[in-house]
Amino acid sequence: MKEINAALTIAQRDLIKFFRDRTRFAFLLFFPVIFIGIIGGMFKQNMGGNLAYDYQLFVFIGIIVQSLFSTSVNGLVSLVRDRENDFTQELFVAPISRVTIIMGKIIGSGVISIISILGIVIYGLILGLPVGVADIVALLPVFVIATLLGGAFGMLIIGNISNQQTVNMIFPFIMFPQMFVAGVITPVNHSGPILTVISHIAPLTYVVDFAHGALAVVRPEYRNLVIYSPLTNLLIITAMFIVFVTVGTYAFSRTERNK
Amino acid sequence: MLENNLTNSIISVNNLVKKYKKATENAVDGISFSVDKGEFFAFLGPNGAGKTTTISILTTTLFKTSGDVTIAGFDLDKQSKLVRQNIGIIFQNPSLDLNLTAEENIRLHSSIYGLYNFMPFYKMMPKEYKDRVNYLAEVIGIEKELFKEVKGFSGGMKRKLEIIRSLIHKPKVLFLDEPSTGLDPVSRKELWNYLKQVRSEEGTTIFLTTHYLEEAEEADKVCIINNGKIISNGLPSEIKQNMINEYILMNAENKDALRNELTNLNLKFDEELNFKVYYDDATAQNIIQQVHTPLNLLEINKPSLEEAYINLIGKSKEEYNNEGN
Repeated sequence: MKEINAALTIAQRDLIKFFRDRTRFAFLLFFPVIFIGIIGGMFKQNMGGNLAYDYQLFVFIGIIVQSLFSTSVNGLVSLVRDRENDFTQELFVAPISRVTIIMGKIIGSGVISIISILGIVIYGLILGLPVGVADIVALLPVFVIATLLGGAFGMLIIGNISNQQTVNMIFPFIMFPQMFVAGVITPVNHSGPILTVISHIAPLTYVVDFAHGALAVVRPEYRNLVIYSPLTNLLIITAMFIVFVTVGTYAFSRTERNK
Repeated sequence: MLENNLTNSIISVNNLVKKYKKATENAVDGISFSVDKGEFFAFLGPNGAGKTTTISILTTTLFKTSGDVTIAGFDLDKQSKLVRQNIGIIFQNPSLDLNLTAEENIRLHSSIYGLYNFMPFYKMMPKEYKDRVNYLAEVIGIEKELFKEVKGFSGGMKRKLEIIRSLIHKPKVLFLDEPSTGLDPVSRKELWNYLKQVRSEEGTTIFLTTHYLEEAEEADKVCIINNGKIISNGLPSEIKQNMINEYILMNAENKDALRNELTNLNLKFDEELNFKVYYDDATAQNIIQQVHTPLNLLEINKPSLEEAYINLIGKSKEEYNNEGN
């Protein structure tokens, strides 16, 4: 109970800071909207017309998952900033486990991610996207899972990095390519061998595929776009989550204490 | 006697060693000491002596290489969570979240330590919490700034806030790693007055590392570390007594007469610009009564911990250099 309270406390700290930082709040809310408007519009013009499924909805779901995933990764990066500002000392001398601290960060960045997709959802409603209650029920758990995997992946990245500058440098290299290989903008289930290998390395692929799989439960026309069944994706995501959190937490604590 | 020591001691360090990765020498080299309950323990040493390394190990933020440490009856390795529950720490660099208010920093701390459930707003916190925070803020003088973001705080204000935060869970031992660094004299004095109050009211054991020797003058026990080794450990008065010869500084118009008189009296003295007359076995008054040469300077030297410290460090440096050669 004490550990849960501590994790929620750490999560709430991130939320307080998020609402206080208006620039970040505005950026997170509007950037995906701009992104979905430009990318989605561009692709729809070129390939949307001849497809058996609603391409705009496909991109819409992809961008939401990608946005949840990357916002959560970013949320964990704040731990590096905390380390630079010596705040991790306060966390690490508290009588709670290291995993609790990390879980608190993952939950906090997950909630922020979910709040930040509000802009995309409103934009989707304005566009008149055909999203029903069944779609929302099917996709909501996937969205939560996307934030959790994003947070865990963020932990894995920062586990061995001790300064913000390095994070800023490597972050685009890790995040940006995933968007193109994970099936966010175009389906990747019938790609060539090289792209198939690369997309299978990217953790984002499995949550995007999971989302498409969940959508396919409600909308059969999406079944052809899915790589794995939702259950397979869920198992892979769970395994990745456990490995990322364990390795990331171990590496982060080690860097902190084993000098 | 041993049993008595064990029950009284709240910190027990035995043969502690820390060797940093890629380092050729131990940063902490087999040190042993103990701190009694309610004691004010000062840990002194020059930069790089091993003070912060030791305090980091004792507060579980750094792994040790070897040795045994027990704090508040809990083993540092096997019961580190319980150790952390019983200690409060004020680090060398403030570890506050600058984007939160002072109260939010305290709220975060008390929730992480399991005192209260975290609530998103101060108003939602229990009365007991509000009363304690307001009381401590008033005592330490930051009640007006309690709901302001910490990023606008001065160094002194941050330190005060850290003190409130570190004491909110009523720790048995409070570690202070050079807490006065960067504070102006007034803030420093205020800090110490408050710590004295806390010590007397709550019986908290204080473990202090500092560069300011006058802060250690009031300590119950002083431990001096240099090059990772303890070079002196005991009461401040014992350290001063062992290291500093008490002397009278005197001079006269007629230096030859004074020199002859001191020699005839069989007194131990050094002649520099003035005459340093040592009085190990006598009193200052006794010496003064014996000297009849008219004096133009007479000063009784009162040994300070600072002098003892400088002597000790100098001696330890010589020994270290000799060992190296």
